[in-house]
Amino acid sequence: MSKISLAVEVAGLELRSPTMNASGVLGMSAHLLRRVYEAGAGAVVTKSLGPEPRAGHPNPTMVAVEGGFLNALGLPNPGVDGFIDEIKELKGEGIPVVASFFGSSVMDFERSARVLSEAGVDALEINFSCPNVEEEMGMLASDAATVERVTAAIRGATDNPIFVKLSPNVTDIVEIARAAENGGADAITAGNTLKGMAVDIDFRRPVLANVTGGLSGPALKPVALRCVWEIAESVHIPIIGCGGVSTWRDAVEFILCGASAVEVGTAIRTHGFEVFRDINKGLTSFMEKNRFKSIEEVVGLAHRR
Amino acid sequence: MHTGADETRAATITRVVKETPDITTLYFRDEREAIPGQYFMIWVPGVDEVPMSISSMNDGENSVSVRAVGETTRALAELRTGERIGVRGPFGNGFRVEGSRPLLVGGGTGIATLAVLAEKMVSAGIRPTFLAGARSGNQVLFRDRLGKLLGDRLIVSTDDGSYGLRGLASVHASEMMKANSFDHIYLCGPELMMAKVFEVAEAKRVPVQASLERYIKCSFGLCGSCAIGPYRVCKDGPVFDSEMLRKVKGEFGLRRMDQAGRMIRADH
Repeated sequence: MSKISLAVEVAGLELRSPTMNASGVLGMSAHLLRRVYEAGAGAVVTKSLGPEPRAGHPNPTMVAVEGGFLNALGLPNPGVDGFIDEIKELKGEGIPVVASFFGSSVMDFERSARVLSEAGVDALEINFSCPNVEEEMGMLASDAATVERVTAAIRGATDNPIFVKLSPNVTDIVEIARAAENGGADAITAGNTLKGMAVDIDFRRPVLANVTGGLSGPALKPVALRCVWEIAESVHIPIIGCGGVSTWRDAVEFILCGASAVEVGTAIRTHGFEVFRDINKGLTSFMEKNRFKSIEEVVGLAHRR
Repeated sequence: MHTGADETRAATITRVVKETPDITTLYFRDEREAIPGQYFMIWVPGVDEVPMSISSMNDGENSVSVRAVGETTRALAELRTGERIGVRGPFGNGFRVEGSRPLLVGGGTGIATLAVLAEKMVSAGIRPTFLAGARSGNQVLFRDRLGKLLGDRLIVSTDDGSYGLRGLASVHASEMMKANSFDHIYLCGPELMMAKVFEVAEAKRVPVQASLERYIKCSFGLCGSCAIGPYRVCKDGPVFDSEMLRKVKGEFGLRRMDQAGRMIRADH
C-alpha cells in the first residue's frame, strides 16, 4: 500500500502531488500561496506577472454563471520586480514555485524570464492567452508563428523549465501546441478560460466592466479535456491540465487524457483550500483500487483504445 | 454550484437618508438576510461594484451607509428613491455574538455595521456598551438610533470635541477598558484605531473581533486581491478574531496591498 506515490515529474520539475493552483487564483501573495502548498498542492503558481504593475479592470470583474464563473480581472499584478520578495519567501521555505508571466513584446518576455529565473523560481509558465486584455496586447496564443518565436526567445533567456499556457479560444490548439514545442517549451498548460459574456436584463447591459470575460469552472471542463486530448495526440512534451478541475475524478479524467498534472482554480470557491487535499486523497484511493503505483502509469491511458 | 447569493439581483431603492454631511444611507428592497458584519457587493452599472457592510436589516429592506469619497461612493450617494442598484451577497463571515459585557468601538462609517450588531445583541438580552467616534459632532452616524437602543451605554467621542468626549476614539476606548471589565471587544473603523485598541485588548487578554477592509475584487475568495497575511478579507473575513489578528501583525495597521498587489503603507 505504502508504495503508492502521488509524486510526479513534469518537465524536470519534481512535484510531491500532481496538483497546483491555476494562475490568477490566490497568487497575489506568498502567504496565500503557502496556504495552497500546505493544503497539499505539489507546486504553487503565481499571479501572471507583467513588466509593469497593473491595477486590472474595474469591477464587476467576476460573475456567477451556470456551471461556473466569468472573470475579467484584467491581470492585476505588482509587476515582475514587485514580486521577487514573495518568490524568495516561498523559496526560502522550500516551496516549488511556478512563475506565470506575460508581456507585450519579445523583450518584455525575455527580461521577465531572466528576472524570475534569477529570483529562484522552479519553472516559468508563459501566459500567452489571457482573454481579457486582448485589446491592449493582442492574444498572442492565436498565432502559431508568434508563439514559436517568443517561446524560442524565452528559451534563450532561461534554463528553467518553460510551460506554455494555451488558450482554447483558437481554431486549432494543436497547431499552437506544436509551435510551442518547436520553440523549445518543456510542457504545455492546457488551457486558459473560454471567452464569454453575461448580460443583465434588469440593467440591460453586460455585467462585466470589461464586457467579455473568461469562463471557468465545471462548464469549462469538457473543453479543457478536449484540448488536453488533442495536444496529447500530437506533441511529445508533458501536459498540465487546467479547466474545471474540482474533484479527484476530474483529475483522473485529465490524467487519462494525457495530463501529467492538473491546475485547480474556481473549485476553491466551493471546496476551499481543502480541494487539494481532497483531490490527493481521492487519487491515492483510485490508484490503490486500480493497482497503479505512480501517476505516470495513468497518464494518457485513454488514448490506448 | 451557486447559492442564490452569488448572483446579482436588481434592488429598488426605497429611501435615501442623508445621515451626516458626507454619509448617506441607501435603503433597498431585498429579501436576503445577513449576519451583522457581512457585506454586499453593490453595483452601480457603468461605474463600479464595491463591497459595503450592511447598516440595517428590516423585513425585506436592507441598507448600506456610504461616505462619498470617490467616484463610486459619490454615484451611490446621488441615487434617488425608485432607482435600482445591483446587489450580490451577503458575503463573508460576520461577527459572532460572544461575551456578556461587550464593548463596541466604531469609527466613522464603521459605526454602521456595529449598530446592526448592537441591535442583535440587545434582542439576545445582552447590553453592550458602544463607543462611537467621529471627527466632529455633525458626523456621528446613527446617534439617535443608537441612543434609543442603548441609552447611556452609548458614548460619543469626537476628534474636535464638538460633541461628547474630546479626542480619538482609540484613546477613550483604552481608558474605558481600564476602568471597566469588558469581556469582548468589537471593532469597526479606521485601521489605525482598531490596531491601537487591539494592542490594549491583547495586554488585558480580552478577545477582539475586528472588521477589516482591503481591496475586494471578486468577493468569491479566488483572486487574492484582498489578501492580508494568510487570509482573504472577502472570504475568511471581513471579521477577524484575536487569533487571526495575531497572524497578520506585520500588516494590520501598517501595510495593505493596492489594486496592483503592491504593499503600501496603511494611512488611516
